[in-house]
Amino acid sequence: MQYDVIVIGGGMVGAATAYGLAKQGQKVLVLDGEDLTLSASKANFGLVWVQGKGWDHAPYAQWCQIATNLWPELSDELKATQVDISYQRRGGFDFCINEQEWQERESMMSALWKNTDGMFEYEMLNHSKLKKMIPEISKSVIGASFSPQDGHVDPLALLQALCKAMQNLGVTYMGNCLVEAITPTHGEYVVKGAKGVFTAGKIVLCAGLANGQLGEQLGMNIPVVAERGQVLITERLKPFLKWPTLNVRQTAQGTVQIGDSHEDVGLNDGTTPEVLKQIAQRAVLMFPLLSSVHLVRAWGGLRILTPDGNPIYQQSTSNPGVFSVTCHSGVTLAAAHAGPLCDWILGDSYLPVIEQFSMDRFDV
Amino acid sequence: MFKVLDDNHEFDTQISFDGKDHLVPSNITVAAAALLIGVKSIRETPVTGAKRMPLCMMGVCYECLMKIDGVGNQRSCQTLVRQGMVIERQIGATEVEAEYYEA
Amino acid sequence: MKPSYELLIIGAGPAGMSAACEAARNGVAVCVIDDQPEPGGQIYRNASRATDKQNQVLGKDYQQGKNLVDDFKSYGGEYYANASVWHVDANNQVGVIKAGKNYFISAKNLVIASGAQERAMPIPGWQLPGVMYAGAGQILFKGSGIVPTGELVLAGTGPLLLLLASQYLHAGVKIKAILDTTPKGRIVKSLDKLFSGVQGYEYLIKGASLLRHIKAAKVPYYKHVEGLCAVGVERVEKVSFASATKAGRKVANISLDVDTLLLHQGIIPNTRLARAAQCETTWDAQQSCWIVATNEYGLCRQNTYVVGDAARVMGAVASRIQGRLCGLHVAQSLTKVDSHSWQVWHKDLLKKLRKENAIRPFLDAVYQPADAYLIPQQDDVIVCRCEEVTLSDIQDAVRLGCQGPNQVKSYTRCGMGPCQGTQCSNTLSHIVAKQSNMPMAQVGELRVRSPLSPITLGQIADL
Ligand SMILES: Cc1cc2nc3c(=O)[nH]c(=O)nc-3n(C[C@H](O)[C@H](O)[C@H](O)COP(=O)(O)OP(=O)(O)OC[C@H]3O[C@@H](n4cnc5c(N)ncnc54)[C@H](O)[C@@H]3O)c2cc1C
Ligand SMILES: Cc1cc2nc3c(=O)[nH]c(=O)nc-3n(C[C@H](O)[C@H](O)[C@H](O)COP(=O)(O)OP(=O)(O)OC[C@H]3O[C@@H](n4cnc5c(N)ncnc54)[C@H](O)[C@@H]3O)c2cc1C
Ligand code: FES
Repeated sequence: MQYDVIVIGGGMVGAATAYGLAKQGQKVLVLDGEDLTLSASKANFGLVWVQGKGWDHAPYAQWCQIATNLWPELSDELKATQVDISYQRRGGFDFCINEQEWQERESMMSALWKNTDGMFEYEMLNHSKLKKMIPEISKSVIGASFSPQDGHVDPLALLQALCKAMQNLGVTYMGNCLVEAITPTHGEYVVKGAKGVFTAGKIVLCAGLANGQLGEQLGMNIPVVAERGQVLITERLKPFLKWPTLNVRQTAQGTVQIGDSHEDVGLNDGTTPEVLKQIAQRAVLMFPLLSSVHLVRAWGGLRILTPDGNPIYQQSTSNPGVFSVTCHSGVTLAAAHAGPLCDWILGDSYLPVIEQFSMDRFDV
Repeated sequence: MFKVLDDNHEFDTQISFDGKDHLVPSNITVAAAALLIGVKSIRETPVTGAKRMPLCMMGVCYECLMKIDGVGNQRSCQTLVRQGMVIERQIGATEVEAEYYEA
Repeated sequence: MKPSYELLIIGAGPAGMSAACEAARNGVAVCVIDDQPEPGGQIYRNASRATDKQNQVLGKDYQQGKNLVDDFKSYGGEYYANASVWHVDANNQVGVIKAGKNYFISAKNLVIASGAQERAMPIPGWQLPGVMYAGAGQILFKGSGIVPTGELVLAGTGPLLLLLASQYLHAGVKIKAILDTTPKGRIVKSLDKLFSGVQGYEYLIKGASLLRHIKAAKVPYYKHVEGLCAVGVERVEKVSFASATKAGRKVANISLDVDTLLLHQGIIPNTRLARAAQCETTWDAQQSCWIVATNEYGLCRQNTYVVGDAARVMGAVASRIQGRLCGLHVAQSLTKVDSHSWQVWHKDLLKKLRKENAIRPFLDAVYQPADAYLIPQQDDVIVCRCEEVTLSDIQDAVRLGCQGPNQVKSYTRCGMGPCQGTQCSNTLSHIVAKQSNMPMAQVGELRVRSPLSPITLGQIADL
């Protein structure tokens, strides 16, 4: 056996998992796709976020609490790579532009509070309170929910830092090595990729949207759904927005990232003028000062969703040692993937909440 | 370090460049006007503050970004001078100002 | 602007204007969008408004452009100047911004004739004030009538560099030196390509006369220039290089004081619009650039064309002919040309186009940039000027196992600034190719996304 674990996919999920496994002394190989293989990790919004996550599913709410509470530690560890990931956890906003949104938000937040046994902290702010914190906000925003537990990060720098950190711990990373076949032989797994054939005792599928198709080879029917989000990024501005919000955030470089749509368009990651218009309209409505700001780039990214939006962490029943990690919010969950999730993969004592993310839930 | 070749060109358009008034020919670009006036740089980069001048003059390199009539990061090589135009060097990132109202 | 057209043409250079005239002449309803204040494109920039002095300096080729521009001005279709295309997609949907307002146009047939751009020349110090592209020097003269004074040095390779030198000399501009970076032995090595190029002998005569003009003016001419650097603190002060004497002896460490350094190593197609429209590009090793895969009419796929220098560098005359072919093809596809006329006309144009293109392989071979000027030779040379990313930043990212240029971009920000990689994309791909030992075709290039020209959020928001 050449490796203890082969992680298939080197996106945010694969990189965090590989890093966590290496921290526990595993000999790990990461096989990743090509330069333009679909990658949510290079297209996302960079929020490390709990607001709204798991309001209708307590285990997910708890899992997000675990992840975001582990985040400061992860951020400290990654400093050794000297990649500045610009992680901040000062709190974040989600705006309401009408009474109905406010009502819905309020009940969502209180459901989330209940789901976390009161661990989730939040506050509903009316317009004048909000305006004290964000003077640039427009009158159209009637209020917002605020959680001091929310934050953001430079997701591209995070990916680089994880890639560097895992290699510093001895992980072998191989790009341009799409995996074609995985076969069980004599208690180990043989993985055939574009750059060769590799063996390991454990396999972790972290190939995002490709997990469905890879899992099939091993008798796992992982239901993955693609959902497009279009994102805009502006020219660099002098700092004006201290906090991230769900739709608008100013990055460490000064650019403003604006998102994001939810579209069911299959595997098309293009942009469309109509959606760009809607996104721009909402942003300008919230922050009129953005009206004269130049757009630098727009892109489409495909979210990796499951039928109920919650992660799937599943070990294959027919092929033990094969794990599938399929989830949205891989940025937020990075610290959980690099820690508790690895305990579960390695069969150590692990947090029971992880079992709540098996595919069994879809059988009922 | 640039001059108008044709003596018949009239310097009939008044522009303000970083607060100073200048007369330049009409129908020339702002970037050309900057070269004629002889400025040392038209912008400082938002990354390191390095000084820069235009590079391509055809709208593709974005090295000529300037603040023109109050709007930052405009390509001066694609903008013709106009009577009374107010041109400023682009120093670092653009500043946006909110129109504040009483909450 | 109307919400849809039978034929929408982007670019009013020789290719776009010719396509418009030909299509309109055959009864097609055409609209042309161009971002310059006047039609003409790069070569015939400002041709209809040029002063006597400009005409005199720019020569016969430029004046000939005036006829085409005049024809175009009365071609019978619509034309919008100062209008930039910021969005194109695979469905021929086009976003145009004019006078601060955004328009969406659906094009039954789309012709992209957006021309070429200067190839980057990432030498040490190329970001310093005082260093510009030679093409910029020419544009300043054509568009704004201004020329450099003070110590002027021209450096690089390619016909445009010599043409500009000759035009400057005509204008009475003093040139301190020409630094020719064409590698040694290129002409001899390229002679086999000349055989097929004899039909294009006019170009050779033209080239020879440019050289004679420069020689007669006694401009110091340094050959086989290596190690070119722009040196200075707040602006370029000196240019340093090594050169070879007539006898072939290498002379190192030459340094000249300079106020303006104009660089040039050929032009490459600006494929951004074509790629946004999802037209396929391929790596052309001979021209050292990406070209758009089209047939001779410029057709990429049904109803979408890329013509002239936007597809592959072919020069103004070939661009005019291909533009006409394309316009004719559109008319024929809309059944506005009877089959007999189509047969006669298109064959005639094809013959002319092939004759015109015959010289290209020779020119491409002679003026192919040296590797040392495509890939920076020193760690701290800036590759991405917008985000100030250096050669060593890129090499570090590749060492981490980057899959290709797009991954390097996400790690280093190379190509993320306002120009969106128009200046650095090819350099980046060259560096990745060399370091990871992959062919350019496999390495690929930075992905293109909207906006293709500047637009504000407010402009997008209130269409
Ligand atoms: C628009 C948008 C906004 C988002 N915003 C946020 C946010 O603010 N906060 C947050 O937490 N999350 C956000 N997300 C979600 C987050 O980006 C994803 O959850 C995360 O990036 C998923 O990472 P991944 O590694 O599972 O998938 P990916 O990033 O898609 O990575 C999959 C990897 O697998 C590789 N691969 C594919 N097939 C193979 C194969 N056969 N062999 C080998 N390798 C293969 C690919 O090359 C790729 O590198 C957002 C997503 C989108 C699209
Ligand atoms: C800087 C430069 C100088 C040159 N000088 C000479 C010379 O002196 N002699 C010579 O023989 N050849 C010269 N060439 C080559 C010559 O330009 C071409 O061979 C010829 O002009 C090609 O014609 P075209 O119609 O394909 O493109 P172009 O003439 O380049 O026309 C393209 C037009 O499209 C417009 N355009 C591009 N993008 C957009 C957009 N997004 N929205 C709206 N409009 C757009 C451009 O502004 C331009 O007007 C030069 C090239 C360059 C780049
Ligand atoms: S000088 Fe290149 S865009 Fe203006």
